[in-house]
Amino acid sequence: MISFYLNNELIQTAAAPGSALLDFVRYDQHLTGTKIGCREGDCGACTVLVGELAADGQTVNYQSMTSCCTPLGNAQGKHVVTVEGINQASGQLTPVQQAIVAEGGSQCGFCTVGFVMALTGHSLGQQPATPHNTRAAMDGNICRCTGYKSLERAAEALGQQLAGRPATNALAWLSKQQFVPEYFQKMPAQLAVLQAEISPLPPSSPPTLLGGGTDLLVQRLAEVRAQPVQLVFDQRSRRGIRQEAGGRVVLGAATTATHLLESELLRGLLPGWEDFLKLVSSTPIRNMGTVAGNFVNASPIGDLTIMFLALGAELTLTDAAGAARRLPLHDFYTGYKQLAKAPGEQLTEISFPAPLPGEVFHFEKVSKRQYLDIASVNSAAWLRVENGIIQEARVSAGGVGPVPLLLRRTSAFLAGREVSADTLGGANEVMQSEISPIADVRGSAEYKRLLLRQLLTAHLLQAGLEIELV
Amino acid sequence: MNHLDPQRHVRGESQYLDDVPVQQGTLYAAVFESPLAHGVLHGLDVTAALAAPGVVRVLTAADIPGTNQIGGIVPDEPLLAEGHVHFRGQPVALILARSEAQALAARALITADITPLPIITDPRQAAALGELIVPPRTFKLGDSAAAFATCAHVFEGVAESGGQEHLYIETQGAYAFPTEMGGVRMISSTQGPTAVQRHTAVVLGLGMHQVEVDVTRLGGGFGGKEDQATPWGALAALGAFVTRKPVKLVLDRHADMRMTGKRHPYSSDFKIGLDADLKIVAYEATFYQNAGAAADLSPAVMERTLFHATNAYFIPNVTATAFSCRTNLPPNTAFRGFGGPQGMFVIEAAIAKAAEELGVPAADIQRRNLLREGDQFSYRQRTEGCHAEQAWDTAATLYDLAGLRAEVDAFNKANKLKKKGLAVMPICFGISFTKTPMNQTRALVHIYSDGSVGISTGAVEMGQGVNTKIAQVAARTLGISINRIKIETTNTTRVANTSPSAASATADLNGKATEMACAALRERLLRHASTAYTLNYEGLEIRDEQVLAAGIPADTNWEKLVSSAFWQRVALTENAHYATPGLHFDPVVNQGQPFAYHVYGTALTTVTVDCLRGTYTVDALRIAHDFGQSFNEVIDRGQIEGGAVQGIGWMTLEEVAYSAEGRLLSNSLNSYKIPDLYAAPAVLDVHFLDTPGHPNAVLRSKAVGEPPLMYGIGAYFALRDAVRAFRPGTALPFVAPMTPERVLLGLYPEFVMASKILAD
Repeated sequence: MISFYLNNELIQTAAAPGSALLDFVRYDQHLTGTKIGCREGDCGACTVLVGELAADGQTVNYQSMTSCCTPLGNAQGKHVVTVEGINQASGQLTPVQQAIVAEGGSQCGFCTVGFVMALTGHSLGQQPATPHNTRAAMDGNICRCTGYKSLERAAEALGQQLAGRPATNALAWLSKQQFVPEYFQKMPAQLAVLQAEISPLPPSSPPTLLGGGTDLLVQRLAEVRAQPVQLVFDQRSRRGIRQEAGGRVVLGAATTATHLLESELLRGLLPGWEDFLKLVSSTPIRNMGTVAGNFVNASPIGDLTIMFLALGAELTLTDAAGAARRLPLHDFYTGYKQLAKAPGEQLTEISFPAPLPGEVFHFEKVSKRQYLDIASVNSAAWLRVENGIIQEARVSAGGVGPVPLLLRRTSAFLAGREVSADTLGGANEVMQSEISPIADVRGSAEYKRLLLRQLLTAHLLQAGLEIELV
Repeated sequence: MNHLDPQRHVRGESQYLDDVPVQQGTLYAAVFESPLAHGVLHGLDVTAALAAPGVVRVLTAADIPGTNQIGGIVPDEPLLAEGHVHFRGQPVALILARSEAQALAARALITADITPLPIITDPRQAAALGELIVPPRTFKLGDSAAAFATCAHVFEGVAESGGQEHLYIETQGAYAFPTEMGGVRMISSTQGPTAVQRHTAVVLGLGMHQVEVDVTRLGGGFGGKEDQATPWGALAALGAFVTRKPVKLVLDRHADMRMTGKRHPYSSDFKIGLDADLKIVAYEATFYQNAGAAADLSPAVMERTLFHATNAYFIPNVTATAFSCRTNLPPNTAFRGFGGPQGMFVIEAAIAKAAEELGVPAADIQRRNLLREGDQFSYRQRTEGCHAEQAWDTAATLYDLAGLRAEVDAFNKANKLKKKGLAVMPICFGISFTKTPMNQTRALVHIYSDGSVGISTGAVEMGQGVNTKIAQVAARTLGISINRIKIETTNTTRVANTSPSAASATADLNGKATEMACAALRERLLRHASTAYTLNYEGLEIRDEQVLAAGIPADTNWEKLVSSAFWQRVALTENAHYATPGLHFDPVVNQGQPFAYHVYGTALTTVTVDCLRGTYTVDALRIAHDFGQSFNEVIDRGQIEGGAVQGIGWMTLEEVAYSAEGRLLSNSLNSYKIPDLYAAPAVLDVHFLDTPGHPNAVLRSKAVGEPPLMYGIGAYFALRDAVRAFRPGTALPFVAPMTPERVLLGLYPEFVMASKILAD
């Protein structure tokens, strides 16, 4: 039995935990404001808010999620909000709705509710309502009538209103301003009661592990829906990001891309981290997708995988009996979508050595569209440079082979060489022999080869390379 | 005055096809499609599918009671494949089951016995083999062959533009119900209710009166639901007719992308001749349109390519020829611009080629050759109220074209790894269906006895705001508040024999019909007022719901007047018919007066290219546009901004890709990218030119749907400008879209050369 609040109503359902929240909302509850656009998290028409009781038990943190790839089971103990749950009974528009109407930000209207929910989520969130953040809240929403400029104007007007949002007790203010109905204020207490009552869903055997759903529900919804699953998204013990005494950074496997993005620790250790993470999918997908899921999905072009390969990450795999073993991430991939993982094993932890001052970590990604797109080629580099000499290097690349690649020979070539155009040329030569890109919808093989050369150049420019290009 | 619908859109209360409450007993349909792009279809094995849980029927061509034909212009498209399959994704069978999941599961159990035949995906190859949808057409003015001999400069080249997915966020679908009269009533997500009705009637062997089609609104259309909503409507209707149960058919995104046609890709040859003063003396173009496997709207799209082959320029000697080429791809179809953008891309490429070869700014050639009042198009219509130069000059002054050019040049001098580019894109677009008989419609207006008003027209609301505009026209004409007015669903039983909502002409046609109906009702009510209240008819009017006699408030208002008229048995319903005056066109000689008027404008596009990565941003799009007398600036601005961004998408990110076997590679939103918030230009200025509009435009407010899309073409040429700033003289082919891949390969051609040598 899955128990959660849907808007102002307690839901208890025996529906499959691996089914899509979207289908439950639309076809079981007949709340049709939430639309189906693509069923792969790429359009945002099905965006809902998912509120989770904070550790303090006093507040609910709301995040936007695309309900098409949210497993219903991940709603357990939470507050799911659709547009019907924010509409004022009086018919009065909320400030978000009003701003969109006033600026003409809704044309055919099919994507509109997704934008309303994304901006409402932003209003309920902790991020300061700067124009940058308000725009960013809509980065997972596509409008094919392309009312983006009107939506930006709406967001700007909204940002001005949100400037009055107090730092504490924001919910009472938001409720008074009619951003959300009054019942939101009862939700922390209601969720606390609910959480005390519910027991975790029984584990399946053998476990089919389901994280944020952003890959599995896109690729195999019918299959996942039809079988028992073990949900790992809400395993709180597997979420945190911490640094150990020895300097290693350790992440729980259920850490989401949003956790990575917002981690003060990682931002401090890795300059540019926020910009790198913004290139990974979109706000709602980052709210859902887990690091472990990204690794296990084994896409040859997974952004997080490429970053962590260069960071020298190591995985902890735990079997059903609780026995753990550690494995370098670069040994995890044995072939296209093939993993060095036994069926019963679960990826439980990821760790990597924290870069030291003076070490360069850099990530590059080129895709057709800069944001919310899959890379044509992506690449990361970790370089230890002293006095213009590369002491040690780890360069990774995606989209140029059947698995996410750690470019060992290229990295070895760089070690001990000065940062120079000659080194770049030599490294590129090695690199070109180390990769095997194929032509596909993301680019021709020759493009991917050229592009990776350019991205290697970008890495070395970060390391102080000065060259005359061309 | 805001768009009316958004009040409901933002609350999620607007009803789209899939939101209609489901009737008990509804069956769900899934379409089994051809797995091969070309072959002889010997038969299907549906045994396993029929035995699968929940499956009620599997329908094939043999189950069609009427004629298995849905071709509009040319009868060359079966509803369900019979004998042959002509493209991957062609509907072959319809599975009906008790749930959608069951229908989809059963679909996977069907196998088709097909002997493969050779596959053609390239339009030039099709033309060489004589695979043409219709005979080629040539538009001709003057004598281009002779004129080239007099030219100081002549340049030739090839230009290619790609397809474009409509990607309406609401996929195609229909929901059909059997009626007690033995017919079918359906809700369809279509721009062309009459087309769905007509073809369904043919398929079912019924009179059109037995098929009712109702449309509330669409979650986007862009041309993709003009002709191509028909198969899904007809299939759902077939299911309902055969089983006597309601049948719902909604395509999932992947099926929609695989099975439906897109904007036509074109491959074209051009030849342009200029005199020593950069006046274009002669132009020849040959267009190879990739029509796909059936005609659909391709002949009409091809015709509009020819109409717009010279864009906003006057060229005295023109020969433009187009071939509609049959390939084994899904039939390509209408998409905002309807062949016009493809034609304009080629003339702009020809001008760019001339400019690059001559070492002069393209803008010099463009400006010098703009249309002027009374100039003749190749189809012999003359400009009337021409604003081409006004639009250019206003944009150039208002946005400081010279200053922008200087800024770009200075930036490029100062920066190595980033380069800016600039392009000017003038447009001229003709408004009307070029098939003259289609320029007609009707409006049915009821005034209810309480003073509220219901209006039915042939217009389909799909985000373009036509319902709001019609309500505004009615409110103005009747002199009442817009809040009294409801725009009804578009329904074939209320307004029959309609043209699709297309060609940018929907608000003009249906707005004019509404104006006529309301004017007739107004006159009737005022006649009644003059009798009932003994007022002089001359000088009577209704303003803000008050009846005024010679400007003085009379002792009655709208509600009282309507009530009084009703009790005096005055007809409170009017049905008006509007047909655009003055149109004629002879498709044999390709001459006439096909357009009610033309729309003009000019856009300046600036871009920045990251020359390390080949990525880019479209920084600014600055437009001066000829709206005429806009009466809803919010809607009109939305159309311009939206159309322009769609055009930028077509020219930059949006790349439709098929394999040689005719399989769609760009088959999902993760592999086909349309602009997101960040891909839209940071600056998008729209200036409303001071133009008088045209009497054929509703309330003199000119059509805005399609013209802005073509501003996007400027993005291609601005990117080209930036690439050439990094790599002067680089031989860039005129191929759109200008993806980051094409940019990078253009920036580093020697890498491409080297890898080719290595590969050899």
